[in-house]
This record gives sequence, structure tokens and C-alpha cells, in this order.
Amino acid sequence: MHKLNFWQKLYIPEIIHGMWVTTRHFWINLLGRQKQTVTQQYPEQPTYVTERYRGRHRFMRKEDGSPRCTACMLCATSCPALCIHIQAGEHADPTVEKYPVSFTIDELRCVFCGLCVEACPCDAIRMDTGVFALAAYERENFLYPRNLLLGDDAPTHIAEGKAPAE
Amino acid sequence: MAKKLIIDGKEITARDDATVIQAAHEAGIVIPHYCYHPKLSIAGNCRMCLVEMEGRPKLEISCNTPGADNMVVYTDSPRVIEGRRGVLEFLLINHPLDCPICDQAGECGLQDYYMQYGLYRSRFQEEKVHKRKVVDFGPDVVFDGERCILCTRCVRFTHEISKTNELGVFHRGDAVEIATFPGKTLDNKYAGNTVDICPVGALTSKDFRFKIRVWFLQETKSVCAGCARGCNINMHHHQGRVYRFKPRQNDAVNETWMCDEGRFSYKAINDNRLLHPMLRQGEALAQTNWHEAVQRVRAALQQHKGEATAVLMTPQGSNEDCYLLARLTTDVLGTSRVLLYPGEPGYEDDFLIRADKHPNRRGAQDVGLPAPTTATDLASLAQAIGQGAVKVLYAIDTDLVAAFGSETLARLATHLDCLLVQSANALPGWEHAHVVLPSATYAERDGTFTNFEGRIQRINAAFAPRGEALPAWQIYQRLAQSLGQAWTYASAEAILTDLAAVIPGYHGLSYAKVGDLGQLVGT
Repeated sequence: MHKLNFWQKLYIPEIIHGMWVTTRHFWINLLGRQKQTVTQQYPEQPTYVTERYRGRHRFMRKEDGSPRCTACMLCATSCPALCIHIQAGEHADPTVEKYPVSFTIDELRCVFCGLCVEACPCDAIRMDTGVFALAAYERENFLYPRNLLLGDDAPTHIAEGKAPAE
Repeated sequence: MAKKLIIDGKEITARDDATVIQAAHEAGIVIPHYCYHPKLSIAGNCRMCLVEMEGRPKLEISCNTPGADNMVVYTDSPRVIEGRRGVLEFLLINHPLDCPICDQAGECGLQDYYMQYGLYRSRFQEEKVHKRKVVDFGPDVVFDGERCILCTRCVRFTHEISKTNELGVFHRGDAVEIATFPGKTLDNKYAGNTVDICPVGALTSKDFRFKIRVWFLQETKSVCAGCARGCNINMHHHQGRVYRFKPRQNDAVNETWMCDEGRFSYKAINDNRLLHPMLRQGEALAQTNWHEAVQRVRAALQQHKGEATAVLMTPQGSNEDCYLLARLTTDVLGTSRVLLYPGEPGYEDDFLIRADKHPNRRGAQDVGLPAPTTATDLASLAQAIGQGAVKVLYAIDTDLVAAFGSETLARLATHLDCLLVQSANALPGWEHAHVVLPSATYAERDGTFTNFEGRIQRINAAFAPRGEALPAWQIYQRLAQSLGQAWTYASAEAILTDLAAVIPGYHGLSYAKVGDLGQLVGT
């Protein structure tokens, strides 16, 4: 450990030195032109999220608007939290053949590792929304169904920070 | 006379009529193949089983080359591996990249051998040939022309095994495809086997399609309980649900096949189950616990001793269950009114399907239960109940409506002091019960069945019983204990050990001896 010398052992000069730093910053931030504040006004002001940040999942669409997902289950297979639940069904079009009748992500179980995104052979699932503050009043509301992930049923209570309508 | 072959430097003695691939497989050397199947004729069209033979300039297919004395064969020399790689490249030229949506993915011959021998980058730059997809072949089989490698296993199956001739190979060149003959559908009692033998994803089962990816499934060896044949199966299950049955090779019973009726009998394990003990309270049945249920049964059995109690059972139980039931009726209940109700005989053919739709009638009789009852026996039981001579009816795995008719059953239920229904499934007539005891299905318990030929075969517990269901032998043990017997069987195997000491023909049997392929019991 660093050995204190005589002046440091007195403490008084160090306290005065510390007070000087604090006071200088106070006046710079109050009156100066180049402010040095680091506080972010979240949630009033949105925060910066890096491009590669793994946020809430979203579901991609084909050009015709249908989900890209073919229900191959590779995301569910790779998921270490077992939070992806897919029910596959027979598509009317034989060239499509298989599609997800239901696709649910349990966001409470999800560990946001991104393995599902890496496993997906169709680029059907992405985690690039930047949404990290998921909120709901009921656990069931964290079971994100297919349409919510597609953006069809926007979760208004989440976006506006209100309780869902009773 | 046997022949000696030297395969991969290993000296092998083979049957005289064995081909090279058969000799190798019998010695445990697996040669990759698609069209070869041990129970079908040789087609020799996939060319995957190429091997190198000393003294022959070219690689040759091992499936159609008769083994000769002192033949020297190499199955994994660099030339052979190069040859296989070339064959695989041809087979995959027009194969679509369907793996993510293909049901076969995970158990596909093309995937497996590509990982073993292929691993090349595709050199094919032309447009792939497109063929028919999702073609409805029949009630359970869907065909995909693009995935098919034309091994003709399915065609040969319908010619040689089911002898129904629905499938054929049509057109030629790269337009060639498997199809049903005009006006025919792949609709026979063994059609599901074509899906099993298809080495790729060309034939898939409608019933299994898209339910689950195969890599999630666990496999448990068992025996089909659909009829008295007892076809050997693998149960494929995940988290306490059975998803399909696949036949398991046993040349003494079912070779490598099973019928569709048996194949879909797995549904009874999943659906329509009785999961909790129930007691009648007034008009309705209310859920209760095992203690209360057993106490109610004990009170009824103590009040109506001996002949006032009748047991009506269907031979669905294992040998262990039936043995304990036989002891329960003779030693504890002291009743001679035990009826083994076999139900109406069903469809029968000269291949696998038996008219007796119960897995263990032979075993039930072997371990001390009576011969199957006739309609007159049932009528006299109904009469005895009507006259008040029988006050407790213990119905085990029995369709009571089929046995008595719904009107008679409703009338009988009012005469009985206690109608005790023990079953894994909610069979017709169960709702008349006074006490319901849920038993475990054959996927949820250990045991043995004896098939009509007298072959004792193992069933294995794949998962724990659902709900509060218990294996039947545990229910009999609880009843016997509540009536003062000191039975302390810890497992079904312990019962078999006891049974083997007492029952002639079963002497010296144990689960280890029964093994995976069963044992013929003495007469």
C-alpha cells in the first residue's frame, strides 16, 4: 500500500485540495461555456445505444410481407435459456411448405446472448432494435408472440410506460 | 458351408450366400449405403456402397457382389473414400437445400454421409432440376420429388413386403420420379414403413410432420401394445410426450416392420388420460388423493368379501401386473369371479397384425389369470350384479360400454356398492365409476409382455407417469397392503424374480435374460 507522507497524514491539505476540485467543476458547469457534466437525462432523453447492442428481438419479413421464419427450430435448438417456443405448421404453398403457426419468445427467460440470431439461416430474427428496457405489469406480457415481434401489435403500454388497459 | 473373407484386414466368416455388404455388416463393419436394405431385394442403384477388392480393377458395389472365399476387401481405402465422395456429389447435384424445413434433417443419410465423406463446395453452377413437392401419396405419406434419390426402397417395399404395388418409378433421365400408379394411393396397413426406410426426406409422415425436430427426441426400446404380435419398437419421446413409434429390428417377431395401426397407437399414451384418483361424491366424480381412494376401496372390499367382489380385466397389463393381480384375487380377495375380457377380435392378416388386440393375453394366462371370457360369462356377471350377489366390480383397462352395453352398464352401476375403474385412459363407461384409479401407460413403467407365440419381451419406462398415475402393480400392492398383506416389491423386476420362481415356463428369467430381443418361454 502507498505510504502516506507527513502532509498527507495531516489530511487537512488533501481535504482543501478536494474541495478545490469540486468547487472548480461547480462553477465551470454553472457558468462556463464547455460544460463537463456526464449525467444523462434518461428516460426524458433517449440514451445512445451502440449498433451491435443486443436488444429486444424483432422478426423480419419477406418481400411479400409474410414472416421470413421457416420454423426450422435452429434458434430454439441453440437457445441456452430455452425461451423460444415455436409451433410449426403446413403452409398452403408447397414451395414454402413450413411456417411458424406460433412463435413466442419468453423475454423474461431470455439471456440476450444472440445465439438465435447467429443460428438463423434465413436472417429472420434480429436483436437490433436497441430496446433494452422491457416493462410490463404481468408476466404473461413478457411472452412476446409472433405479431408483436413483427411489429404488428405494437406494445403501447411499453412504449408509453403506462399500465395496459384493464 | 461358410466362407472366409478378409475385410479391412479382418478375417471374417460369412454365410455362403452372403454378399460382401452383408458379410461386413454381420461382422460389425458398416459400409455406407442408401438403396440396400437387409429385408428387401438388391437394387444396386445408389452406388454408395463401393468397395475396393483385390484383383479387380474398379471399385465395385458391395451390396450386389457375392462374397467369395479368400476375397480381400477394403472399405475405407483412399480410393474408396474418393469414390464415395464422387457418388455423393452426383446424388446431391439436384438435391435442394431444404434441410431447415425438412423433417428428415438430423436422421438423414445424405447429411450424415456428407459430413463423413463430402464436405466439398458445390461445383454445380447450372439450375437445379425442380420436381413436384409436397405430393400427397396417401393417408399418412407425403412425397417430395426434389429430395428423392431414387433408391427405390419404397417401391420395392410395396412390391415385396406389403405386396400392394402402389408405387412405381416413372419417366427417365433427370425427369425420373417415384409416383403412385394412376388412380392408386399409398394406402395399405403397412404404408408407414416406407417413411422409415426412406434414407432421405423424400417420404415423410403426415402425422409426424413438423411436430418436433428429431434431435430433441429421446429413444426408449419398447414393444408395441397394439396387438398380440408385440412388434419391437423404439419409442421417440420428449418431455413426457411420445411423438412416434419406429420399428426396431427383431427377426423373430417383426423383422424391421410394423403396421400403421400400431404405429399410431402412441396417441393413447398422450391423450384421453386419467391422471388423478377420483371419488364419487353424489352425482359427480371429485379429484382426491391416493390415500383417500385406497381407503374407500378397502372399506368396500372389507364389507363385501369373497364372491361379492368381481374383477373384470382386459389383458393390457404386463406379466408383473397380472401376476400381482392373480395373487391379489386368490390370496387377498378370495374371489373366483375373475374375468379376462378380450373384447371383439379385430382385423388379422398373415403378416404382422393379429386379431387379438391386446399385448399380453398369453402372459396373463401364463401367470395365473383365467382363460378369456365368453359373452355368457359376462351375462352371468351382469345377472349376479343385478341380483345383488356381486357388490364390488373392479374393472381394469376395460371398455365397459363394449362389455355390457351402455344401458346395462348404467343399470348395473346403480346395483353396485363400488364400481372401481382402473385404467390409463378414459375408456367408454368410466364415468359410471365410484372410484377411479389412474394407472400408468406402458411407456411409463417397466415390465414384460408375452406375445401370442410365447415370446416374453421387455417394455421400458421412458418417463415418469404423468399426473398421479401409478404402475398397475403398485396399485395392487397398495390395495394388498391396506388389506393387511406385507408385500414389499420395490420394482417390477423384483416381481419378475418372484414370478420366475413360481410359474413354470418362466423359470430362471430376469430382465437381463429377456434382453432387448426377448426370450421364448417354456410351455
